[in-house]
Amino acid sequence: MILALDIFEPYGFQFFRNGLVVATIAGALCGLLGVFVILRGMSYIGHGLSHAVFGGAAASAVMKVNYFLGAGIWGIVSGLLIARVARRRVIGADAAIGVVTTASFALGLALMNRYGQASKSIEAVLFGSVLGVKVVDIYAVASVALLGLAVVVLGYRKLLFSTFDRDVAQVSNVRVSLVEAVLLAMISLTILVTMRVIGTLLISALLVIPAASARMTTNSFSRMLWISPIIGAVTCFVGMNLSYHLDTSASATIILLDAFVFVVVYAIAGTRNRAKMSSLGHL
Amino acid sequence: MRQSILSDNESPLIACEHVSCTYGNSPVLHDVYLNINRREFVGIVGPSGSGKTTLLKAIIGSQPVAHGSITVQPELTIGYVPQIETVDWYFPVTVEEVIVMTRTKTKWWPRITIQERTAVREVLEKLGIADVAQRHIRELSGGQQQRVFLARAMFCQPDILVLDEPTAGVDVRTRHEILHLLADLHAEGLTILLTTHDLNGLAAHLPRLVCFNKTILADGSPREVLTSKVLEATYGAPMEVLEHGGMPIVIDHGRVAMRGEGK
Ligand SMILES: Nc1ncnc2c1ncn2[C@@H]1O[C@H](COP(=O)(O)OP(=O)(O)OP(=O)(O)O)[C@@H](O)[C@H]1O
Ligand SMILES: [Mg+2]
Repeated sequence: MILALDIFEPYGFQFFRNGLVVATIAGALCGLLGVFVILRGMSYIGHGLSHAVFGGAAASAVMKVNYFLGAGIWGIVSGLLIARVARRRVIGADAAIGVVTTASFALGLALMNRYGQASKSIEAVLFGSVLGVKVVDIYAVASVALLGLAVVVLGYRKLLFSTFDRDVAQVSNVRVSLVEAVLLAMISLTILVTMRVIGTLLISALLVIPAASARMTTNSFSRMLWISPIIGAVTCFVGMNLSYHLDTSASATIILLDAFVFVVVYAIAGTRNRAKMSSLGHL
Repeated sequence: MRQSILSDNESPLIACEHVSCTYGNSPVLHDVYLNINRREFVGIVGPSGSGKTTLLKAIIGSQPVAHGSITVQPELTIGYVPQIETVDWYFPVTVEEVIVMTRTKTKWWPRITIQERTAVREVLEKLGIADVAQRHIRELSGGQQQRVFLARAMFCQPDILVLDEPTAGVDVRTRHEILHLLADLHAEGLTILLTTHDLNGLAAHLPRLVCFNKTILADGSPREVLTSKVLEATYGAPMEVLEHGGMPIVIDHGRVAMRGEGK
């Protein structure tokens, strides 16, 4: 009885309920887009964009501009810059991301040092915080999640085709650069609406780990698109609750839980493969 | 060097004129003239790194052309079969998904419809691999992998098939089967353009052969093209050409030493 009460204790707080809803939807959303992030080898872009958005978040905090507006515009501009610089093959996408996003991140840090009074909210963006979550955050993350779902369902085959075989998709009249721009925009939006809960430094993990775990459970693309958001949502939900009781940071707890799931799935997949291999060997 | 082709009052399906391509600053294709006419069956041979893949990609339009022009007949549907090493075999897709994804216009819910499933089955049956539809692409033999991508190209009912090394990494029997398959498709009216490293097993059997190394060095029937002079210019190594049953047989330098044992 006491234990049960204990479990439900955090639900008495408005901020926790809001944070829980935002985190769970964020987990599902990151899991969904994460499938494309890992299959396209874009994890570094997720990492980079979150750092770029941090610059925008810091700037908007200093200039007292609305966070979504300031950081959003900043994120889109960084995304376009990355795409632009990366098109020059000599430099390469990874270096382009490195240049654009670390510069943006450094600017955010400099602003934070110079205008110390805003550092509170900047820190919240860096590490994430459940305390500041408002109802507007729920609306924001829910709309982006619906948009993401719509994009994935309606563009399913184009997304799959251009991810699997870019060249052939292009000559089969798939507008590959449009597909890529839409994906990049969705990832930026996702980072934007989830960053205040998960934080700049750990958001890219949420884009990668659930999808990587999902990949190891299945060889089917469509099934991966189900499994990855479920892992993301469940780990965020459980992680939020755990973090309250353990008095640890929400984002750190969530990511550790995701990493734990990954290790378990990895171990199981490894044994299963070995079993398959050795049974083949005896034929 | 312009090739002489059978006079045909229809304009070519694909016409490359004075085509050059570069990666960064290094030139890969140089001054390529090549016409592909309807119902032709053309093979391109040349050493590794000679730019065969680049030429095919320029033709299908995924490699930008630095100079010159490639004219493709309007409304032409090209079925492209990539070099099998360039495919990501760890990608989580089944054979059926690989083939169906090319049909990008769907209802709002992107499920594979019964009609699509039947169409996939028909194509796979035609290529003799009907039983692999539900397998993951990594769980296939080299010949099956090759045919899956051929099936994908066939699925959109192309006017021309462009294949990059369709017999790489398969055994003699599979190579035979693929060659016969392509010959049947050609007989049904399909135009085919392919590249190959297999001079004796594949290239010598084609009606038209192009020797290629950054540019076109010879173009004609295998009898015209497979000569020691042309091959040395193409491969940069001395090669001997024998005749066996009216067919040219190329013996490369490495194999000359063993000639006494075999034929
Ligand atoms: N994406 C790329 N960037 C830079 N150079 C490239 C790229 N792709 C190919 N090359 C270079 O262009 C040249 C031609 O390559 P290509 O793949 O067209 O040759 P190929 O004739 O198809 O060779 P193979 O028979 O080995 O398939 C090679 O020297 C290769 O190193
Ligand atoms: Mg090649």
